[in-house]
Amino acid sequence: MNILVCISHVPDTTTRITFEPNGKSLNKAGVTFVINPYDEFGLSKAMEFKEKSNDVHISVICVGDIETEPTLRKALAIGADDAFRIDTQPLDSFSVATLIAEWAKNKSFDLIFTGKESIDENSGAVPGMLAELLGFSFISYATKLDVNGKSVIAYREIDNGMEILEAQLPLLVSCQKGIAEWRIPNMRGIMAARSKPLTVINALQVENRVNTLNFKQPEGKTGCVYYSSDNPEELISVLSTKGII
Amino acid sequence: MSVLVYAELDSGRFKKATLEACSYGVALATMRNSDVAAIVIGECHESELLQIVECGISKVFRVLDSHLETFTTTKYISVIQSIVRENGFNTLITSQSYNSKSITPGLSIRLKSAFISGVVGLPRIEDGKEIYQRMAFSGKGVEEVIALLSDIVISVKTNSFGVNKNKTGELNVIPFNFSLSDDVNDIVPKEIIKTSSTISLTDAEKVVSGGRGLKGPENWGMIEELAGLLGAATACSKPVADVEWRPHHEHVGQTGIQISPDLYIAIGISGAIQHLAGVNSSKVIVVINKDSEAPFFKSADYGIVGDAFEVVPKLINAVKKMKNSL
Ligand SMILES: Cc1cc2nc3c(=O)[nH]c(=O)nc-3n(C[C@H](O)[C@H](O)[C@H](O)COP(=O)(O)OP(=O)(O)OC[C@H]3O[C@@H](n4cnc5c(N)ncnc54)[C@H](O)[C@@H]3O)c2cc1C
Ligand SMILES: Nc1ncnc2c1ncn2[C@@H]1O[C@H](COP(=O)(O)O)[C@@H](O)[C@H]1O
Repeated sequence: MNILVCISHVPDTTTRITFEPNGKSLNKAGVTFVINPYDEFGLSKAMEFKEKSNDVHISVICVGDIETEPTLRKALAIGADDAFRIDTQPLDSFSVATLIAEWAKNKSFDLIFTGKESIDENSGAVPGMLAELLGFSFISYATKLDVNGKSVIAYREIDNGMEILEAQLPLLVSCQKGIAEWRIPNMRGIMAARSKPLTVINALQVENRVNTLNFKQPEGKTGCVYYSSDNPEELISVLSTKGII
Repeated sequence: MSVLVYAELDSGRFKKATLEACSYGVALATMRNSDVAAIVIGECHESELLQIVECGISKVFRVLDSHLETFTTTKYISVIQSIVRENGFNTLITSQSYNSKSITPGLSIRLKSAFISGVVGLPRIEDGKEIYQRMAFSGKGVEEVIALLSDIVISVKTNSFGVNKNKTGELNVIPFNFSLSDDVNDIVPKEIIKTSSTISLTDAEKVVSGGRGLKGPENWGMIEELAGLLGAATACSKPVADVEWRPHHEHVGQTGIQISPDLYIAIGISGAIQHLAGVNSSKVIVVINKDSEAPFFKSADYGIVGDAFEVVPKLINAVKKMKNSL
């Protein structure tokens, strides 16, 4: 089974987010970058398959500049076999999806994993676009996935519930919590990652469809108003007067 | 620049998020001085459709086809694509329900459109261009974007715009016949398991949430009671779901569900940044924590420093009293 995991390189979840003075981009000073947590669920799921069978090959791909390589190395340390980097600064979801689709289209992947969304863009756009561009069947928001030969049983999150689906490989699956447990790379993995191939691919010219003008920080809360623990009635009456409850 | 809203049915009903998308579509069309219509797929009572009319949409494309009784991305993408194309709409608007979020990116490819996900509010106009705002960096940033194509697909962030049901009009239903062959899809929906009959977390206007400070699952009775009184959904922090004190679908945060209710009450939750990422766009945040230094107070509107086991029963009594006095 040939698996591709799409990896987005994002600020660590604990990062305090600030932007460059011109608002054009993230202020990267002091920011640690990691594998997007949802993509790590996909990679962990791929590793489960690999541990059960000798016949599983895992590739990871990221659209990004050279700064994303440590993130790809981490994916190799977790256990991917090879990594690919499409060498360009991503402009929007459409260009990312198009670049990955163009690269992946003749490579006969059985399974493509993405995260449900990237925690920087939060668009949740690349998976559905990629599935459409590649003509792959698409299971979104997967919380469980069992593969038996070519047959797949998946659970996906829906509003107020779960849906159970049957499908056939090849398939594109966007992952969320539940599908697998995150893994911590061990020393052997980290050593092995150094000698695994990381191939840089020249990016085709793709026009973006959405342009980011600027970022700014959201308006913060003005400050917390405290009420005494002896008398929470006061809080209730304030919430009620303001029409909140 | 005419606008089509995908008015998604959920078991024959329109959820608030759908009516919000309708209200958004109407406001956008008004701003542009253009037409607006909706597409409704599946069976529902006529009175449901009147809700769309109250939001300001009279023209409704109605698709009834046995193939479409169950949702799959490919089928729904194909139907909506046909309606958009055959009627020359150039803006498609949806909510951010799980099913809508699953079709919008693919639709944007089919429709050769720009896709803007999770807009908050109407665009502002600058040099004749619509500039949309959306949240990025898990609520830690606001992004302004423009579409570079004239055709766009937009999803509206839940609870960011509100429902405006104050319009009147004549319902004008246009049946849309759509022939879909059986073999276009190899994904077969087998079963839907609804998690509970209570209020869905993503749709809830009020949420009462508990963390590790509640010590154990046996102490959730008071959380549920408070939620019940307020008409709120219940939620929890990640560790609480991880140790299975509460079901996984209640877990909110960076890796759980992202919500933006009008009121979020956090009880015994420290307010870790990953938790905040899922709740920081709530309109009003109330924090109850025995530690006055708990980080959550920095993001709160109202706070009570105190032991949840003392404070929550008092809150419950206060709400009961308030209700009785109404
Ligand atoms: C990659 C990553 C992703 C994550 N994603 C999420 C996520 O999506 N959602 C999430 O919630 N977390 C997430 N976490 C975990 C997060 O970092 C915190 O560990 C978690 O939110 C803490 O949960 P808590 O506040 O319930 O527990 P704790 O941090 O243990 O806090 C318990 C709080 O209860 C208070 N307390 C104790 N007793 C009482 C009492 N009797 N009365 C009142 N207050 C009391 C304490 O003062 C404390 O503030 C993630 C972590 C990582 C690394
Ligand atoms: N630059 C990128 N390179 C590779 N994969 C990406 C990139 N951006 C997004 N993805 C994938 O698409 C998913 C959804 O991202 P997004 O549409 O940005 O929310 C992520 O979880 C990744 O799996």
